[in-house]
Amino acid sequence: MERLEIHDLSALFSVLKQDGYQIIGPTVRESAIVCERIQSVDELPAGVTDIQRPASYRLAERHDNALFGHRLGPQSWKRYLYPPRLQLFQAARTEKGITISPPTNGGAGDLPKYAFVGVRPCELSAIGIQDMVFARGTYVDPHYSAVRARIIVIAVNCTDPGETCFCASMKTGPQTESGYDLALTEVISAGSHLFVAQSGSDVGKELLARLKAAPASAEEIQRAEDLLDRASEKMGRSVDTYRLPELLHANIDHPQWDELDERCLSCGNCTQVCPTCFCSTVEDVTNLDGTEAGRWRKWDSCFTLEFSYIHGGCVRATTKSRYRQWMTHKLASWVDQFGTFGCVGCGRCITWCPVGIDITEEARAIRAQSTLLSTSSKGEM
Amino acid sequence: MAQKRKPKVAVWKFASCDGCQLSLLDCEDELLAIVEAIQIAYFPEATRAVVRGPYDLSLVEGSITTPHDAERIHQVRRSSKFLVTIGACATAGGIQALRNFKNVHEFVAGVYATPSYIETLAKSTAIADHIFVDFQLRGCPINKHQLLEVISAYLNGRKPNIPTYSVCMECKQKGLVCGLVTHGPPCLGPVTQAGCGALCPSYHRGCFGCFGPKETPNPSSLSEWWLKNGMKRDDLVRLYRSFNAYADPFRKESEAHEK
Ligand code: SF4
Ligand code: SF4
Ligand code: SF4
Ligand code: SF4
Repeated sequence: MERLEIHDLSALFSVLKQDGYQIIGPTVRESAIVCERIQSVDELPAGVTDIQRPASYRLAERHDNALFGHRLGPQSWKRYLYPPRLQLFQAARTEKGITISPPTNGGAGDLPKYAFVGVRPCELSAIGIQDMVFARGTYVDPHYSAVRARIIVIAVNCTDPGETCFCASMKTGPQTESGYDLALTEVISAGSHLFVAQSGSDVGKELLARLKAAPASAEEIQRAEDLLDRASEKMGRSVDTYRLPELLHANIDHPQWDELDERCLSCGNCTQVCPTCFCSTVEDVTNLDGTEAGRWRKWDSCFTLEFSYIHGGCVRATTKSRYRQWMTHKLASWVDQFGTFGCVGCGRCITWCPVGIDITEEARAIRAQSTLLSTSSKGEM
Repeated sequence: MAQKRKPKVAVWKFASCDGCQLSLLDCEDELLAIVEAIQIAYFPEATRAVVRGPYDLSLVEGSITTPHDAERIHQVRRSSKFLVTIGACATAGGIQALRNFKNVHEFVAGVYATPSYIETLAKSTAIADHIFVDFQLRGCPINKHQLLEVISAYLNGRKPNIPTYSVCMECKQKGLVCGLVTHGPPCLGPVTQAGCGALCPSYHRGCFGCFGPKETPNPSSLSEWWLKNGMKRDDLVRLYRSFNAYADPFRKESEAHEK
């Protein structure tokens, strides 16, 4: 493992830019820390953190000047790999007939090269989950796969998880295990501010070599490990995953869903902020005289009526059925579909729900009042 | 392509501020393409020339507030093949529907020197309360891109892409930071239909609900949450009582908090 100081981080930014990468990293915009295009280390949120609760997010000061002492921002890396609106193709009608051509604006034509800086362990797991959906199997999404293949991932382990985090329950954090090029742990103590760096790929190794990074001392490595050991305890939330898919499938008529029918706004925020939600709809647009048309893909959500529209009506007309779809997909049917949970425990759906609906509380309520599986034990899924 | 007869389009005005009709004139870049594709047959706001009906497409702005208009709207319907209401007045009664919560005759008596000259209905109501409407385009005012989309869809015989989900969906897709969660001014986005492109949230303001209630809205849950977090009932009443005050879900919500 190597050690990087802040000036090494600046050098890393320069190297990435030289190599033609757009750096996307955390920075303060308006009233939140968002992941956006940044140019230098100075734009990282030094000494800024956030306090997150159901339906509440506030920035706060930290006294140690940490660059990564914050938690997850409002939106995930999903919007870069899987943009909210993407043209799939365009078509033109002439006297000779109809011609179809590749997309221009917002399409796959001009692929960006991203360096994601500050990817958290749960987020990395979420990218892994979306890889499974978009980049593997019979139907591969060409745009996702192409952008995905070109990214560099500089992960940052979580030493200070927040109140809405529960990655430890979902076994996706607070320390990352794979999927990164470099993984950093920020270690701050009197008189020193450094990052213990671990490479996870040849690209990462080469980056460290180009930075001429010095090896981290045994003591520095130990300090990083201690911080990560303690991190799980700081997590504000947990989910009992013991036979959770079975529990939910067995409780599709649970009274808790009726309770959710009253509280949930079916606004769709939870699905839009969720780093694993992958649903989209397709829109065809035309110009006025019908000579040009385009097909676009847009993020969708199982909370919209049209999502389940099948000739003549919506399959999920009630809010209850839509909330149930969302939650059972995240925590039950995803497992049947992809072999993992669809939830990585990032807590975003809790923070950004306008009425603070908390998926961990809902799972707890269902388990508590269930005749099945009400006794929990630590163990496998 | 084969030369087709251009569809005859009429734009009608009822009780309104004209803002929605102006959205059509506001389509500066597209205006030429529009007149290329359609024949503006009746549009007093834009031209005095009148082509007789029947009309292929009628755009109706404004609400019904007088006995005369309650009659006239039936004539408009009879002379229109496809009728689209545009704006909060036409789709929900508009801001003038605030009168519906009071006795309009008291206003008339208070405002006009000779109240007997004023012939008005007790309530300002949506066009769809009077006639069958083929499509409703929401907004105060409507969004010109949505108007173009409706016209374009109509001309091309396809379904318009006008989502009925929440403003939040647009807000998130735009990558905005939710103001409701980060600093808490009331935002009606979670119960309001999309269409404005999350305009107010883009300028750090809460949504005012110009596009009216979204599909399956749940304002009582949102109100409940706000009451728990210190909002006053009076403020809730005012919040739901604006351009779409008389749209059913908003009306019921404001009435629930009135006493
Ligand atoms: S379900 Fe909620 S906590 Fe789980 S990954 Fe999605 S947004 Fe994060
Ligand atoms: S929870 Fe809903 S929006 Fe998310 S992936 Fe599942 S069906 Fe799609
Ligand atoms: S759970 Fe919350 S964020 Fe999700 S749809 Fe319901 S109210 Fe909206
Ligand atoms: S700012 Fe308003 S419209 Fe935007 S996500 Fe938040 S609640 Fe919804």
